[in-house]
Formats: sequence, C-alpha cells, structure tokens
Amino acid sequence: MRRVAIIGVGMTEFGELWDLSFRDMGIRAGFEALNDANVTSDQIDALYVGNMSAGRFIEQEHVSALIADYAGFAKNHIPSTRVEAGGASGALAIREAFLAIASGIHDIVVVGGAEKMTDISDIEVNAIQSSAADQEWETIFGATYPSLFALMASRHMHEYGTTREMLSAVAAKNHKHGSLNPKAQFRREIKPEDVSKSPMVSSPLRMLDCAPISDGAAAVVMCPLEMAKRFTDRPVEILTTAMASDTLALGQRKSITEMMATKIAAKKAYERTGLKPSDIDVAEVHDNFTITEIMAIEDLGFAPKGEGGRFTLEGKTTLGGEIPVNTSGGLKARGDPIGATGVAQVIEIVQQLRGEAGKRQVPDARIGLTQNVGGTGSTVIVHILGVPE
Amino acid sequence: MLVNVMDVGIVSYGAYVPKYRITPAEIGRIWGLDGVGVGKGLMVEAKSVPSPDEDVATISVEAARYAMKRCKVPPQKIGAIYVGSESHPYTVKPTGTIVAEAIEATPTLTVADYEFACKAGTAAIQTCMGLVKSGMIEYGLAIGSDTSQGAPGDPLEFTASAGGAAFLIGSKDVIARIDHTLSYTTDTPDFWRREGQVYPSHGGRFTGEPAYFKHIVSCGRMLLERTGAKPSDFKYAVFHQPNGKFPLRAAKLLGFTEEQVKTGLLTPKIGNTYSGAVPLGLSAVLDEAKSGDRIFVVSYGSGAGSDGFDITVTDAIEQFDRAAAPTVKEILSNVKMLDYGTYAKFRGKIVLGGE
Amino acid sequence: MTKTPRYWRENQSRYNMIGVRCAHCGRTYFPARAMCPECGRKSLGKMERFKFSGRGTVYSVTTVHEAHEQYDMLKPYSLALIELDEGAKILGQIIDCDPDEIKIGTRVRSTFRKLGEDGKAGIIYYGYKFVKE
Repeated sequence: MRRVAIIGVGMTEFGELWDLSFRDMGIRAGFEALNDANVTSDQIDALYVGNMSAGRFIEQEHVSALIADYAGFAKNHIPSTRVEAGGASGALAIREAFLAIASGIHDIVVVGGAEKMTDISDIEVNAIQSSAADQEWETIFGATYPSLFALMASRHMHEYGTTREMLSAVAAKNHKHGSLNPKAQFRREIKPEDVSKSPMVSSPLRMLDCAPISDGAAAVVMCPLEMAKRFTDRPVEILTTAMASDTLALGQRKSITEMMATKIAAKKAYERTGLKPSDIDVAEVHDNFTITEIMAIEDLGFAPKGEGGRFTLEGKTTLGGEIPVNTSGGLKARGDPIGATGVAQVIEIVQQLRGEAGKRQVPDARIGLTQNVGGTGSTVIVHILGVPE
Repeated sequence: MLVNVMDVGIVSYGAYVPKYRITPAEIGRIWGLDGVGVGKGLMVEAKSVPSPDEDVATISVEAARYAMKRCKVPPQKIGAIYVGSESHPYTVKPTGTIVAEAIEATPTLTVADYEFACKAGTAAIQTCMGLVKSGMIEYGLAIGSDTSQGAPGDPLEFTASAGGAAFLIGSKDVIARIDHTLSYTTDTPDFWRREGQVYPSHGGRFTGEPAYFKHIVSCGRMLLERTGAKPSDFKYAVFHQPNGKFPLRAAKLLGFTEEQVKTGLLTPKIGNTYSGAVPLGLSAVLDEAKSGDRIFVVSYGSGAGSDGFDITVTDAIEQFDRAAAPTVKEILSNVKMLDYGTYAKFRGKIVLGGE
Repeated sequence: MTKTPRYWRENQSRYNMIGVRCAHCGRTYFPARAMCPECGRKSLGKMERFKFSGRGTVYSVTTVHEAHEQYDMLKPYSLALIELDEGAKILGQIIDCDPDEIKIGTRVRSTFRKLGEDGKAGIIYYGYKFVKE
C-alpha cells in the first residue's frame, strides 16, 4: 500500500452564493486546488465527488459526470465517481480517493465536495436534511433533523449534567474562530448569551446551536506521497482513513449520548497510526449542532466521557487551548454545504499543517484529525493527517 | 319494519370523545351573538372539538379498540364492520376498512360505510343484528362517529361536535340483549349537505315538529306498542340529542321522566356528536346499568328516520371487564378549553397559504 | 398522490405496532427486521411476529418548535424516544398534553391518529402517537 498525500487545496467561500450555480462552485473550487497543486487537467487520473442530494436540491443526479465535464476533464474521459453518505459525503469522497491511490490504481486524483442548498425554500431543505435519518420510522412521525439531535442533547443533559451554557460555549467559540476565516459564512463573533436567547428550534437546541444552510464547494488534489515533491514542497500526508457505521434510527442505538461510529472509527485510526488522542494538535469535528461537537470530543478521546461540555466551557478547545477544535469556525460559522463539509474540514487541517492558517494558526501543528458525520451518527469517517517525515 | 329478535345483542362496547372543548359564550363572542343565551336556550355548556390529527377514522378506531379490549373475542371472528357518519374522512374510500386493519380483523369480513345523518350508527347496529341472527356472521361491529361542522356563526356551530362509540354485536355472552328493533322512515328534507359543500344546510324551525319530533315520537310509540311495555318498565331512555332540550321534550311526549333520560344525555357537556350521539348516550348507560335493567333507545337522523331499540341488560354484565377501557365519565373528566382562534385552526376554518 | 404503496405497505406496523421478537435471544425489535442484529445467522427463520402493547416510558424528549409541513398545525409539540415495556425503543409524538408535562421517565401509551396526508386530494396516512398514561 502506497502512502498518500494532499498536494493542493481550494474552496469557494461558503454562504448564500446566489450568483453561483452548482457547477460554477465546483469549477471554482477545483481550479483553485489544481493551481495550488501546480497540476494541469491532463495530469488528473480520476475524480471523486462528494454530494448528498443534488437530485433533490437542484433536480440533478449523475453529478459525477457533470463536474467532470465542466471541470474540463471530459476530453480526457477520466473515471468520475459520486459518493453519498449524508453529511459525511465529503469525507467519503476523500476516503475513496485514498483507497484508490494507496492501492496503486490511480495516481493523481481530484476530490471535490459540493452542495447547492439555496435554490429551494427552507421548508424543502429541512425535509431533505431529515431524509438522512429514518424516513419511514422517524421523519413520518414528526421528527425533524434538529429534533433528533435535540433528543441526544436532552439525554446528555440528563445523564451528564451538560448545561445550556456549555452548548452556547461551543457556538460562541466557533464563531470566534470563524471571524478569522476569510472563507467562512459567518465572520461575526457572537456571545454565549446570544445563543442561549435565540429562537427555540427543538428544545434544548436553539437557532444558534444549529449550523446554517449553505452553498459551497471544496476540492483537494491527492497523489502518492512518493510523487508529491514534484508538485509541492509542503505536502500533507493522510496517515489513515477510518470509517464506521451504526443504525439508521436513533431508537435502535445502544446509547444516544455518544456516537459509537465515532468511537470505533477513531479507535481504528489511532491503532493504525500508533497515535493517541493527546498526539492530535488540531481537529475539525462535525458541529452541525453544538451537542454534536460535545459528543465528538468525548468520543474522539479529547475530553473524558460526559465532560465535553465542561471541557469546552473551560476553553480547552479554543485557539490557544489544549486541543483547538474547529479553528475554521466549524460547520456552525464556516458553513455546512453538506457534501462539501468533509472536504473543507480536511482543507483546514492541511492549511494548519502547512503553517498557512494565518490568524487561526495553531503553533507547530504537525498532526491533525477530521471527523465527519452522516445522518444522526449512522456514518462516521475519521481522517488523521500529518506532516510527512 | 317490525322485527322480533331473541338472543342477539351487545357483546361489548367502547366510547371515545376528543379532549378539547369550546363554549357557546366563546363562539358568540366572535360572531356578535349572545353566546351565553344561546347556550342556555340549547342547554349546551360546551362542545367537543377534535385535534387536527383526529377524524372519524381515528375516533372509530379508538372506540373499536376499547370495545375489543373489554371482551375476549378474537378480532378475526368479526364478520362485518359498519361505520356510520356524516363526516367520513373520504367521500370515496371506506372508513370501515381502516378500522378493520387497526383492530386486526382483516381480511375475512365485509365492510361498508353508512350515511343517514345522525342515525347512521344505529342503522349499523340493525344491520349487524340481522347478519348475526341469520347466522351469516358470528360477530359484527357497528360504529357511529362524527366530527361534524357547522357554518361559522350559524346556530349549528354552537352544537356540532365530535365523538363516537362502537358496539360489538353477537349472540354469545351478550351483556345487553336487543329484544326488539323497529324504524320509522319518511322522505323529509329537514337538514342536508350537497356534494362539494363544506357545511350542511337546514330548514330552521322545520327541523323540529315535522322532523325530529314526528319521527322520534312515532317510532317510540310504535316500539311501546310492539313490546306491550309502559315507559315505567324502563330504567333508562336514550334519545337522539341535537341539543339538551329536544330529548327532554321527546321524553315527556312519550311518557318518560327526566330521571330516565339523565344518564344517556351527554349533549349538554359535549355538544351534538351526530352519528355518535345515541351510541355515546347508550355507552354512558351501559357504564352503570345492572343486570335486568331495561333501556329504551330511539335515534333520529335527518332526511329522515328513527331507529328504536328495546334493550335488556343480562347477568353477563357482572362479569364484563368494563374497567379494561375508560367509561364515558372518565373520558369526559379530562378536558381542555379552547379559544375561537385555536378552534378555527383545529377545524380547518382558516385559509392557509397556497390554497 | 404518488406515494400510495409506500404508505400502504407499513399499515400493519404503523397501525398495530407489530414488530418482531428473536426466538433465539428474546430481544424485541420495532420496526420488524428479518434478522436479529445480535444473533446474526442464528436468528434466520426465528424472528416471530410480535405485537407491542404500546405502553412505555419516555427515554428522551424534545419540544419541536420548527416542524415539517405535515406537523405544522401541531407545533410546538412533544417528540420523544420511548422505551416500550417489551424492550424496543420507538420514536413518537406525545399529544393531548402541554409539552412541559413530559419528562424523561413519564409513562405513556399509544393511540391511533392521523400522521399526515399526501395533499388535499391524496391518501391520508394514520399511525401511532402517544398520550400520557
């Protein structure tokens, strides 16, 4: 198995991108990544696209072909694959590319994640998001996507004493980080009180506990590590990719105060790399809701079980703290165009490990981790990245 | 139509009324009418209002499930289900099959929906009796239930309400024998609703003497004659009850006392549940009746007709597991009052976006 | 108007809370599964039809303020994960109550209600909701 590196990254701003269509976004992110990698279209062997639901958002399926065509790869007739795993589609695309390169099948691969969510009404967006949960046995009975995470939050508060202030601390921290990220959807800081007083969505989760609806695309160029030096003197290695699944519906989980899929994926990732949670210098986790970040840092081993809220409140995951989490602003402030998120998380870690994160830079970051979730934890993908020796 | 039937009767029963209420005062307040006065005149204190997620199917299912809970009859032995209502959820597609599926009685049974204004439920009872007596089926389920509506500001709005009851009819372990049933039917247009209309229309005072009273009294007199009984032979009397006053006057005309009518008169508390009215009144009586008690029942449906029943409670009622489901008193004890706005929202009287 | 078979197919389960019980280990599941996740192959052919009583305890609860279209009339409403007495957990709306009355540990039982409809001209679909015991 070959070692795999990322040699270029690119992304659009995330936000309400009225003037950009789905294909416009994909192209923009793709070309930025190709330029950053110093590669031309002719050198690309394959394309992987992460996208959750273009079929329902813009009535377009087969987006693998669409992006390949408009990115200029069509004349080379390269293989193009679209992957879907709810919110984890982006990370899954990176994983598939990793497997292809590691196995020797492909050399230089472009991975893009994109989602165009604002061409339809919010009501329709909510319906589509909840289709990542169990449509027949959750959604039809009145569950919205936020309500399922609210049930997890409610139980976490009951079992561990997690408080309203702790949830608010997550959102406020991520906005603080986002204010330092020129590509973030929200670049304004917010106070924890703003979160606690925002309109209720599904108790205890309020509007500012929830990531926004966003448009955006993000892309990376990957190749075998042994080739990377041809293109860049700052390659970042994907040390490992780990993935785990769990039941679709919450009611069938053993526990709803943790994501077993995160724990298992993380365990595999740590085992394969011989690393421990304390070795991680910076992490991007899936904060589609504030509670999800709290559970993530527990499940990844950064904070003790049940203590994720307190850990955050004490500033341990803020820039400058013990383990900075979501320096990009996370899904909350950077934005969450569903299929693009997993790729954007990896891009943030790449920039951190290259020393290019500007005001968000974690000093001497050498090992980073990303955690991307699909549904209510039915799919979790963990990547660990590092500066190659 | 005169039928003498022996050994056929009610094996079990169940009742359901939604928990929301609105008062005549609150309705009158919105329409500039003296709601308190109207309420007093009609002898109605409040009427039941269904939640947006309730309809005749859900009410029928709840009542039917309660009836099945109280007896040990396997649902597969039910050979027929008839649901009588004037507010079936579909104009075409029976409510009865939804009930059949929800009590696991499918697929070996016959089903049909009935309509005859407020007496569709009692017509269903008669049909089940005939099928049982003839040996065509072992058990039949007859349900009367409604979520009727009155046009905003119309007198009917003060009383049109929601509720229903189900009766399992059979010839084994009968808790109340139906010894006689007969009907009085004419073509009288006192109250009607044309296809496509949301609300019914009525003939005002024409709904009284030539309609309600003529049919109930004629039917009642025929039944007394046929059975050779006197009003005092009966412990209870249940009459159709579009308001709290009509049944008291009908009782008087036939020679029954207020005391006999009291238990089965629910309209003052829940309004007129249309096809559910007599079934609910009868359920309330069965909730307290003892072995040997005789019950006189006359329903009325506009259009018009009355079904009369001579019922006698048997010894089997002592073993009957009444406590397995809530009594009418228990159902009526937990209510929530609504303001007109919420009531209008629940009843779909507000034009929503995109319509 | 186009989802009729999908709604009809699950009527038995949605109306009557019929799931399965693994004869091998005794665990109950709702909705029904062809195989027990714990017993795997050993459970094939041993999954028995099982009707839940509809009684259970609230395991977690939230009050939904922003709802999907079919539930818009009912908001804010209580949505709960309920641990049925027989073991399986099920998601459902708790109705006919003030959402504040429902807490983790509240006892509930199932009832039969309208879940929604496929537009004004389409099929109405029914299923379970819960009320306080």
